[in-house]
Amino acid sequence: MCDQTFMAATFGPCDSCGKTGPLMNIYIKNEPVNYCSFCVEVMAYRGLQKGETLETLRQESDTLKKKLEEERGKLNDVELHQVAEKIEVVGALSIKTRRVLKGHGNKVLCMDWCKDKRRLVSSSQDGKVIVWDGFTLNKENGVSLPCTWVMACAYAPSGCAVALGDGLDNKCSVIPLSLDKNENLATKKKSVAMHTNYVSGCTFTSSDMQILTSSGDGSCALWDVESGQLLQSFHGHTADVLSLDLSPSETGNTFVSGGCDKKSCVWDMRSGQNIQTFENHESDINCVKYYPSGDAFASASDDATCRLYDLRADREVAIYQKDSIIFGASSVDFSLSGRLLFAGYNDYSINVWDVLKVTRVSILFGHENRISRVCVSPDGTALCSASWDHTLRIWA
Amino acid sequence: MKIRTARPDRGQHSRPRMHCLNKLEAIVVEMQDPKSGVRGVEQKLNITIIPHVISGKDIIAWIANKMKTPPEEALAFGTMLVSYGYIYPLHNHKKLVMCNDTSLYRFQTPYFWPTQKWVAEDVDYAIYLAKRNIRKKGVLEPYEQAHYNHLHEWLNYKWDFIVMQATEQYKAGKERKKPDRVVFDCQERAYWIVNRPPRRTHSAMDCGPDRLIDPNADEKITFDQYRRMNMFYQQAIMRSKVKSSVSLGVLVKYITTYKNHDPFLAPCLPSNPWQTDTDTYWTLNMRRVDIPTKMRVERWSFGLFELLTDLRGRDDFKIFLKKEFSGENLAFWEAAEELKWGTASSISTKAESIFKTFLAPGAPRWINIDGRTMGLTVKGLEHPHRYVLEAAQTHVFMLMKKSPVYKDIQKKALNPAPHNFSAAQLEQNAQNQNPGIHPIILWKQEEEEKVKAAAASAPVDIKAVMSKIDRRNRDIQ
Repeated sequence: MCDQTFMAATFGPCDSCGKTGPLMNIYIKNEPVNYCSFCVEVMAYRGLQKGETLETLRQESDTLKKKLEEERGKLNDVELHQVAEKIEVVGALSIKTRRVLKGHGNKVLCMDWCKDKRRLVSSSQDGKVIVWDGFTLNKENGVSLPCTWVMACAYAPSGCAVALGDGLDNKCSVIPLSLDKNENLATKKKSVAMHTNYVSGCTFTSSDMQILTSSGDGSCALWDVESGQLLQSFHGHTADVLSLDLSPSETGNTFVSGGCDKKSCVWDMRSGQNIQTFENHESDINCVKYYPSGDAFASASDDATCRLYDLRADREVAIYQKDSIIFGASSVDFSLSGRLLFAGYNDYSINVWDVLKVTRVSILFGHENRISRVCVSPDGTALCSASWDHTLRIWA
Repeated sequence: MKIRTARPDRGQHSRPRMHCLNKLEAIVVEMQDPKSGVRGVEQKLNITIIPHVISGKDIIAWIANKMKTPPEEALAFGTMLVSYGYIYPLHNHKKLVMCNDTSLYRFQTPYFWPTQKWVAEDVDYAIYLAKRNIRKKGVLEPYEQAHYNHLHEWLNYKWDFIVMQATEQYKAGKERKKPDRVVFDCQERAYWIVNRPPRRTHSAMDCGPDRLIDPNADEKITFDQYRRMNMFYQQAIMRSKVKSSVSLGVLVKYITTYKNHDPFLAPCLPSNPWQTDTDTYWTLNMRRVDIPTKMRVERWSFGLFELLTDLRGRDDFKIFLKKEFSGENLAFWEAAEELKWGTASSISTKAESIFKTFLAPGAPRWINIDGRTMGLTVKGLEHPHRYVLEAAQTHVFMLMKKSPVYKDIQKKALNPAPHNFSAAQLEQNAQNQNPGIHPIILWKQEEEEKVKAAAASAPVDIKAVMSKIDRRNRDIQ
């Protein structure tokens, strides 16, 4: 079992106010207590007590941070490349462009695969969202939205709907798809999520009924699609949240988010609590993606590195960087086995890294502007890359 | 008068951090070193002579040598130098790419280098366009003319100032010597192509929507943020961690297990649909095939979760459990999943029906879980919420994990032979691509089947059946 959170009590009466609701597990004077999020907020905003100043709080914060690093360091007995010494090297890969999807009139900002492994949805700066059959290059549905900068799009697990995040409206909407190519789908658009700033990422959970969104206002939120109700909100980032990813593991109760405050945070979906945080990057984190088993995740940042974090060991275990790579990485994804890490960069190329040996295996050239998103298909047969040069490419 | 709303000012005040600028500048400075940098020559342009011109070939060779990269990577890096505006092309100035041939480039003056500290303001652009307009009317390109008209309207209140500045700069320019003037004009033009790119030009300064955080400002942390951070650190310190050797070992094990199933590492049988344009691989792995493939069955054996996520695996497991008369565990697990991921309005009805079917004493499909979990769950069901069945579901999952996984299905699995298409056949495949079944149709089919299955397994109403039989007997008599 990779997920430690499943045994924690996350619903019940709050130890402070007694109300039944989602609970956060925190420690007060080294004693574990379960507080509801409102009581946690009250505790945080309580006026400065006698002897407490901003400076004392800052010092306490620094000592605690050092202690956390110490605790993490105690269990650091081996490095990734040492463990991977006996593993054979990845052979030469011959990955070529198999399809070029042309049809967008402006920068393609986001794309997502359908569970049927061949369809995908893509959104672009001119407000157009297109559902393609990648295999036949057929454009199945097209929606024109009145706003520009549709920065996030996601395909529903059933294949019957898509979710879109508006960059200017600050909303995330769900549009049911239809078999009729000429039907005007924009009329069926249903607003689900409302943020106070741009929506940077959205994804469905295991069903069509809930979506998880991340926003420029620094928060993430879980919404019920049918009623538009906010089920849980996640606060903790101190700057825009640029990306999120749901855990694929069997106890899929967590998700990871990365933002402009250079932090990546792991959250418990049930209570809204921030369980783990990693502060290793030197610049904005553009994309986070879970390892296929759910035990680790990778992040891509403007500091031109991708890093791998192990959740059970609670630390960063690998940095994927090279002196010749100095432009920010905008997106990452793992291959099906987790051996390869595909990373799209702002210098118009995609680098393929060997996750275990921490070396670069291959570079894929072809795009003429920066890569906005790379995504491996659900059965691992192909990689799709969306770029600001108005096209998408499928590599295999 | 423009009234600024509370919305973030999209006028490019806070930009994405351009972390790469320091490293880029260091490299560009090295490239200009008279001894070890790129060789420059003089070039004749019309009648003037432009100093220090470099060719694309030389630049790429220098980059490849310095960074020890293959020429393609050096070319990509060179293109980035051009698109950021550190180097500009002399001919074809609208295409910001580096070409590996004798095309000519020049280094941009540091005054015009991209910087994070301040942005290329609209006012400066307006002054530049006005200046060009003064020099010769009608010299502006269509996209520049469109910008000019737009700025004239937008910045109308400042227009006198703009025209005054433009005239001053024009006069100052006239006093320079001709070669200097030509060079400065080229540099300025290059700067504005990078910062206000025309339609088909890809410039690296075209950054996308701005992030709200100001990269130049220092972070100010308030006392409540410190309190929250301290609470977080405390729980993070107390959180149990695992030794690196153990957790990394698990990662490596996962990769080794799935190695042969990764289409990028091992060929998928019969063939990768994207490579050969035949979708046999997908049709063989659909939910309702007669015989599943060997690789698919092998994947089910990796873990119960793999088996349950593949709907075909779940169906086969259900049939197997039915034979063993222990299907209630899987049914409960499925019902709990539906509760967790379903709509908010259906939670209470679903929770009630689950209680009646699986948890109530004497229920028709009572699941056998330990007393403590049962107690917790029943208590939680008084105020049902999304995660009320979490503990019970995990327990049932563990129980199912321990049940022996059937081995006879392995014998019946299909092992498709790898495709070996000739070039002509590949071309034909590309012409006859199979459109496949639309997921909406599949979804509707599955929903219909679910309804039928629910109706078939509903508890039989004995009274209704008996009265039906009575009625029929009466009719016969």
